[in-house]
Amino acid sequence: MTATLPVLTANDFASDQDIRWCPGCGDYSILAQMKKVLPEIGVAPEKTVFVSGIGCSSRFPYYVNTYGVHSIHGRAPAIATGLKVTRPDLTVWVITGDGDALSIGGNHFIHLLRRNVDVNIILFNNRIYGLTKGQYSPTSQEGQITKSTPMGSVDHPLNPLMIALGAQATFVARSIDVHIKHLGETLKRAAAHKGTSFVEVYQNCNVFNDGAWSYAQDKSTREDHTIELQHGKPLIYGKNRDKGIRLNGLTLEIVDLNSSGVKEDDLLFHDESADITYPFLLARMRRPDFPEPIGVFRQVVDSTFEDEVRGQIKQAEAKRGPGDLQKLLTGGDTWTVA
Amino acid sequence: MSNNSAVKKVQVVSGVTVRLAGDSGDGMQLLGTQLTNTSALAGNDVATFPDFPAEIRAPRGTRGGVSGFQVQFASHEVHTPGDTLDTLVAMNPAALVTNLPDLRPGGTLIVNEDSFEDKDLKLAKLRTNPLEDPSMENYNVVKVPLTRLTKTAVAPFGMSVKEADRCKNFFAMGLIYWLYGRSMETTLKFINGKFGAKDPNLARANEAALNAGWAFGETIEALPTSFAVQPARLKPGVYRNIMGNQAMALGLIAASKRSNKELFYGSYPITPASDILHELCKYKNFGVCTFQAEDEIAAACATIGAAYGGQMAVTCSSGPGIALKGEAMGLALMLELPMILLNIQRGGPSTGLPTKTEQSDLLQVMFGRNGESPLPVLAAQSPADCFNIVVEAWMLAVKLMSPVIVLSDGYIANGSEPWMIPNVDELPHIHITHPQRNDHEGPFLPYGRDELLARPWAIPGTPELMHRVGGLEKEDGTGNISYDAENHQKMVHIRAQKVANAAQLLPPQHVDGPASGDLLVLSWGGTYGSVYTAVHEARREGRSVAHAHIRYMNPFPNNLGEIISRYDKVLIPELNMGQLRMLIRSKYLVDAVGFNKVKGKPFSISELVEAICDAIDCEKHGIAARVG
Repeated sequence: MTATLPVLTANDFASDQDIRWCPGCGDYSILAQMKKVLPEIGVAPEKTVFVSGIGCSSRFPYYVNTYGVHSIHGRAPAIATGLKVTRPDLTVWVITGDGDALSIGGNHFIHLLRRNVDVNIILFNNRIYGLTKGQYSPTSQEGQITKSTPMGSVDHPLNPLMIALGAQATFVARSIDVHIKHLGETLKRAAAHKGTSFVEVYQNCNVFNDGAWSYAQDKSTREDHTIELQHGKPLIYGKNRDKGIRLNGLTLEIVDLNSSGVKEDDLLFHDESADITYPFLLARMRRPDFPEPIGVFRQVVDSTFEDEVRGQIKQAEAKRGPGDLQKLLTGGDTWTVA
Repeated sequence: MSNNSAVKKVQVVSGVTVRLAGDSGDGMQLLGTQLTNTSALAGNDVATFPDFPAEIRAPRGTRGGVSGFQVQFASHEVHTPGDTLDTLVAMNPAALVTNLPDLRPGGTLIVNEDSFEDKDLKLAKLRTNPLEDPSMENYNVVKVPLTRLTKTAVAPFGMSVKEADRCKNFFAMGLIYWLYGRSMETTLKFINGKFGAKDPNLARANEAALNAGWAFGETIEALPTSFAVQPARLKPGVYRNIMGNQAMALGLIAASKRSNKELFYGSYPITPASDILHELCKYKNFGVCTFQAEDEIAAACATIGAAYGGQMAVTCSSGPGIALKGEAMGLALMLELPMILLNIQRGGPSTGLPTKTEQSDLLQVMFGRNGESPLPVLAAQSPADCFNIVVEAWMLAVKLMSPVIVLSDGYIANGSEPWMIPNVDELPHIHITHPQRNDHEGPFLPYGRDELLARPWAIPGTPELMHRVGGLEKEDGTGNISYDAENHQKMVHIRAQKVANAAQLLPPQHVDGPASGDLLVLSWGGTYGSVYTAVHEARREGRSVAHAHIRYMNPFPNNLGEIISRYDKVLIPELNMGQLRMLIRSKYLVDAVGFNKVKGKPFSISELVEAICDAIDCEKHGIAARVG
């Protein structure tokens, strides 16, 4: 007789805690997708850990019935690094926001990515500080009026994907809170990748920055303002799938497939493992000049931090044998007093 | 070679203090370490004090670039590197003028006379040659043409002028070895080990310089006598010489092995703590995982991650880095996870005096966090004690489920002393349990408590014990977020009581000296050796004085208040402005007086003896102490 593993559902990953996000918040949708895909990902709840920092999104761990750490502002990547390198058997998710990851925690964010620690980092980007009630964030747009920028923000916004690519992230993706099918698939792809998986999620803060991503969220406009990346497929978008992206020298350009005479074969074909210059070009596609890509920008294979670190420990043990404490203490020049 | 050695006298002395001073590139630290190891192997008790500039290579010949190494070796027990110098080796004018005040009248001054040219004097900002100063008559001045003699000694090896010049510390070493009848064997072995394989020519040259230095001592008339220091009567056992940072690293490995936990060490480079990282990363075959983080905060946070995962997790820094770790320490306290935080103190505030010693972070580690956030604090008292203290810290951390802070300082971190190597089997076995799904009834309570108020250490991977921890206030028992007023009051009390409960696990405070009397000297941390020696000296002078050296700073040992009450007066010498004094005064309502110094240097014994006598005399004559 073979033992059957219990089949888990989204409910098995729901904790008993009351959810305290504002009604209508984009976080609900992301949480729902996460709970939906966790059983499909197939890691046991006790082997899963969610680590977060501070901010609305960082309450996330309380709402999933796994292990979890709700830590301090910006530091989740560092905590996740210490956890994963000592416990590579665990599946670790980092939940963060635009302020948490890119402002106060910017340093940890880039170092997590460059080390390629095998964790999945989901950045809820709502272009605002929500929990502190509406100050501008590092992804707020120039001129944006917020509580702390009554005359408009003068800061140039950060592009999270370009930061990630600049840190040589091995998995870089983008999705949208209410585009649930796409989000679910993207989370699964992130979970499947070995190495740091970075996913930016366009998330609506309906209280302090409502509609920041409406062009990408509304079904009526989404297809004209976003472009879904699919490995090996040409970059085509638009309600009528009549627009494409072509490489012209070192820049991208939009071509009309109906009127320009350009054929599908002349378009850019998406390649997740292309040279890093390519996803940079994609990341720079911003509204209003371009549709904004969603999906997996980059996925490449590289060694992970924890494998390298554990590898050195194993190598040292193989070379010198497991440490003998008495020998260690007695090391160096000694003398005996009778 | 001369035959003069036969006619030279050998005088037996009980102990000597030697300081070697030169440019930071002159190899003074190497020379000092070699002399120390050789003396320790000869059976002397030793204590050392390296003193180097913060700059890696300050401009040559300048006062800012002077690097020194002081060692006391003796046939009796020593607890400090010594006050005044019997012998000073000065490799240049800057080293001479900055160190001469510490040489006792009649002491031996060995100088490299080749480096007292006009340009050298100018670099040291001197208008006249100090060697021509009439005050030199107070010392036995031995002018050695060190540069030229070294050059001649290494001539057969065809080295460049620069390379030859680098051998001159070995020449100086040879001379010192002759002067104190030290065996050259250890150093010859060292030279071979360090240079033998990769540069045999350099190894031979250094050997030649060492031998030439010895021969020079035998020959020169200015040194009619050499000295012998007999072995000290130490407790029977096997010894090695050990530096504080080294002992701390070994203590951490020992604690990890004795608790069957892998050691995770998250750290960011900072003086004077980095050597612990350097030491630990050599021992990966002990399952040690070292992590040089992107910053101090990440080092502390990665340590929290490792602790949550169930490892023995340690982070380390010095004052400025501890300031950065403050918020993470608060989180660790709130999560109630066992871990160790080491603070190797240095002169502050701000960047302060990175390479100099000070005890000014006591209040920082006691109170430098937001909210009511008590943590246990231990303080090492000597280089060898750094081993014991981290083992104790880990025992406390796992019993209380709390981060534990350990204080050391630049003086004991870089200083060294003989260490009786413990038998591993006699080290405490540290028992740790993690709850499993079946070992409790009812729902699992992540913030349930045992008799010490410690919560269970349930680690990820354990089925059915999934729970969330975080920095928000928690409901008693469940650990769920709670903003309830009564609950917060209760949790603040529980966390405070838990730390206070540590006192149940600690040994009572020991007192050295009479059980009551005129004066109790209270000290802590790296000043142990100086205070111990000074109190003994004062007692020899007939003073009624006892000494209590505190290793457990928070909570204080249970009997400390009772001890304090038995003396007419309490004197607290500290290398700060009175931080322990503030704690003692507030806790025990005692009018303790301080003796405080912040010069980046340890106490001298003589200034402490004077402070002790002053405190007693002032008390007797009813006048306010002039110390403080």
